[in-house]
Amino acid sequence: MAHGQHANDAHSEHHIIPFGVYMKVFSALIALTVITVLAARVDFGAFGAAVAFGIATVKAVLVLAYFMHLKYDNMLNRVIIASGVFFLIVFYFFCIVDEITRIVEKNTL
Amino acid sequence: MAASGTHDANENYLNHEKGLWSWLTTLDHKRIGVLYAITVAIFFFVGGLAALAIRTELFSAGETIPNLGPNGYNRLMTYHGAIMVFLVIIPGIPAFLGNFVLPLHLGAKDVAFPRLNLLSWYCLLAGAAIALTSLLMGGADTGWTFYTPYSINSAPAVVMMAFGVFVAGFSSILTGLNFIVTTHKLRAPGMTMNRIPLFVWALYSTAIIQVLATPVLAITVLLLAMENIFGIGFFDESLGGDPVLFQHFFWFYSHPAVYIMILPAFGVISELITAFSRKTIFGYTAIAYSSLAIAAVSFFVWGHHMFTSGQSEVASVLFSILTMLVGIPTAIKVFNWVATMYKSSINLASPMLFAIGFIFLFTIGGVTGIFLATIATNIHFHDTYFVVAHFHYVMVGGTLMAIMGGIYYWFPKMFGKMYHEATARLSFLGIFIGFNVTFYPQFLLGANGMPRRYFDYLPVYEPLNQISTIGSYLIGIGFVFAAISILIGFIKGEKAGANPWGARTLEWTIPSPPPHHNFDKTPIITAGPYEFR
Amino acid sequence: MSSADQHAHGTGHHYAHHFESAEHEYSSSKQGIWVFLCTEILMFGGLFVGYAVFHHMYPLLFKAGSTFVDWRMGAANTVVLLTSSLTMALGIYYAQKRDAAKSGLMLLITIACGAIFMVIKYFEYSHKIHLGLLPGSWFHGSLDVTFADGTVQRVENLPLYFSFYYMMTGLHGIHVLIGMSLIFWAWLRVRKNEFGPHYYTPVEGVGLFWHLVDLVWIYLFPLLYLVS
Repeated sequence: MAHGQHANDAHSEHHIIPFGVYMKVFSALIALTVITVLAARVDFGAFGAAVAFGIATVKAVLVLAYFMHLKYDNMLNRVIIASGVFFLIVFYFFCIVDEITRIVEKNTL
Repeated sequence: MAASGTHDANENYLNHEKGLWSWLTTLDHKRIGVLYAITVAIFFFVGGLAALAIRTELFSAGETIPNLGPNGYNRLMTYHGAIMVFLVIIPGIPAFLGNFVLPLHLGAKDVAFPRLNLLSWYCLLAGAAIALTSLLMGGADTGWTFYTPYSINSAPAVVMMAFGVFVAGFSSILTGLNFIVTTHKLRAPGMTMNRIPLFVWALYSTAIIQVLATPVLAITVLLLAMENIFGIGFFDESLGGDPVLFQHFFWFYSHPAVYIMILPAFGVISELITAFSRKTIFGYTAIAYSSLAIAAVSFFVWGHHMFTSGQSEVASVLFSILTMLVGIPTAIKVFNWVATMYKSSINLASPMLFAIGFIFLFTIGGVTGIFLATIATNIHFHDTYFVVAHFHYVMVGGTLMAIMGGIYYWFPKMFGKMYHEATARLSFLGIFIGFNVTFYPQFLLGANGMPRRYFDYLPVYEPLNQISTIGSYLIGIGFVFAAISILIGFIKGEKAGANPWGARTLEWTIPSPPPHHNFDKTPIITAGPYEFR
Repeated sequence: MSSADQHAHGTGHHYAHHFESAEHEYSSSKQGIWVFLCTEILMFGGLFVGYAVFHHMYPLLFKAGSTFVDWRMGAANTVVLLTSSLTMALGIYYAQKRDAAKSGLMLLITIACGAIFMVIKYFEYSHKIHLGLLPGSWFHGSLDVTFADGTVQRVENLPLYFSFYYMMTGLHGIHVLIGMSLIFWAWLRVRKNEFGPHYYTPVEGVGLFWHLVDLVWIYLFPLLYLVS
């Protein structure tokens, strides 16, 4: 949390990512989109959603790291976005715990 | 807002520019703080009148205020709650005192994003205007919690109210965003995170909650509005939705929001205790990190509002255990404050009176919170006056006392004049005694089973209700004295020097009122914030 | 976002008085934008949590709903948005290299992609509205669902799927529109040649926002169109 004097973190911010890297990342994203569509046709049973979600997360990480420059950014900005994701998971976790363990008459739908 | 090169000794942020327009377009954090002060004071007055009306109605069993009726009462209660929560306590300390003090505490010239800061004030005004428009539509009567399913089909006013809360939420988000970046980026040279005042730690922790939790409130009230307009059915059982899910959404914001209300108060109290004990704070690190700990834990406990809602027992047990954790960082703070006061030379000026009052009342509020976190007792106390008393001990006995203490503490800095001490002490007496007379009986009423939020009650509860109502008038009188002490201060208050309290934080090193750019020379920090002697 | 336009007097960029340097202002502004994006994640997150809860509650619901949406439209929109993210990133890339012409072009392509996205969305919406597939209580289409394997089944709470569909894509669509206007604003400033290797905060900030919009869609696409 404490990262000392702000004069220190001023430099090395303006990193220019090479053109080629952008192109590679873009190709990877398109490839992953194709994989998402193909994966949806395979029956993974209960894991279908997890597979789709996993591929989406890989894509998200690529966008965050390269298009949004997080790979070259300072630690704090990564922590900020990670904390958002973390507390979202907390939110999800307790809601789903309640839902799974609730004793209700199961709807037939 | 160009910087003036030459410096007049009498130049300060108040007379730097003149005219109403210069105030409405100001980017100066100090002026924005003052704008918030005025706004919050007005809302507090309105919300306070509603509170007195509620207590008057409850003075006797049956209808007390002619023609109010149960529906009128439900609206009174809703607006009292919504105004006090969203328009008074949440912006109260961060946006008002925080805006004024935070950059000064850090040795900064302003907050990181002054325009956003002004925008956040306008968001609050717009949100308030929209929310109060709902009064013209017949008024909302759901309580400030907007529980479904009732809020789905009760009245169109609910949509308006939800939209107002949505807009006001942006005010809170923007303030939090600003404070986070300001704390990270605008500290004076030498001011490491371990040298920032504890008020800043508290505001920083609060800002984290504001930023992480308020967006969920935004989506919640948005869904509620959509539920009313389109019947989307997320929270509507008849369409396959789940009303309990609404409570999860609502409390995921609103429980952390309780800490948005109380954490900054902890910060103010830390400043007051050390300044008026004239002693270095005991356990700086413990107090600082306990603020962060409270902010983090606050996201893990919201289900304790839902023990009787139909939430699963597993979830309830989990939430109950986690809720107990809150007691640890909170107690750490209280112990450290008391340890700071131990063997110190205490100056019992009004701010310190409020700080001591805070410790007393907040401890009662906190301990009764443990009762409510325990599932077995919670089911007995749920939705009774015990809960009402508990959160008023925290919100009023805690936050409001801290706001009052903070106002008296920083008033000389804000306006360069001293408030009137004798009436300020009277106001403390009125508020402190009145508060206990009002809310202590409510613990007893609740324990005896009187449900909250009702227009009427059984005759057996009448005596305690009458005591409670008398107490509320005492609080009212206390606030009248508070207003008088401030007014006298404005009119003929004696000139306050740069540092009337002998406090050590940076804002006291510059003239009162502070110059437009805060610090003529950027301060260089070489020691912690509370180095006395 | 508007934090990014603190002070831009005339041609050269001057940082605001309370910062030490342009670098200091840049890193502060960017941090502010990241905090803002964090709030966006939690706001959209509410809808995703709702989705997860109902997905668990009614395992069949979203599968049934996804038979009413055309995955090819969704996939096309995914490619469009990914392309726009690339051109947005390149817009910043050229701004950093002080190539206003190329930077401006990239931003215009980004806006065009946003527009294509909205047009495709419009066709999807109008088709559904035509069939009466509206959210919640406004729904007046058929509750009979033909699944991929040919079986027909009545799904009583089908409207709930469309509530999610419209809420999620609607909120996302609003963000696309806001993003397009912000990029347009950045484009106006690129045209005035305001940016270079040391000052390009507004393009960067707008870009970050646009990428977040893309991120949300990366999740929405499989969740709404490809549920199995």
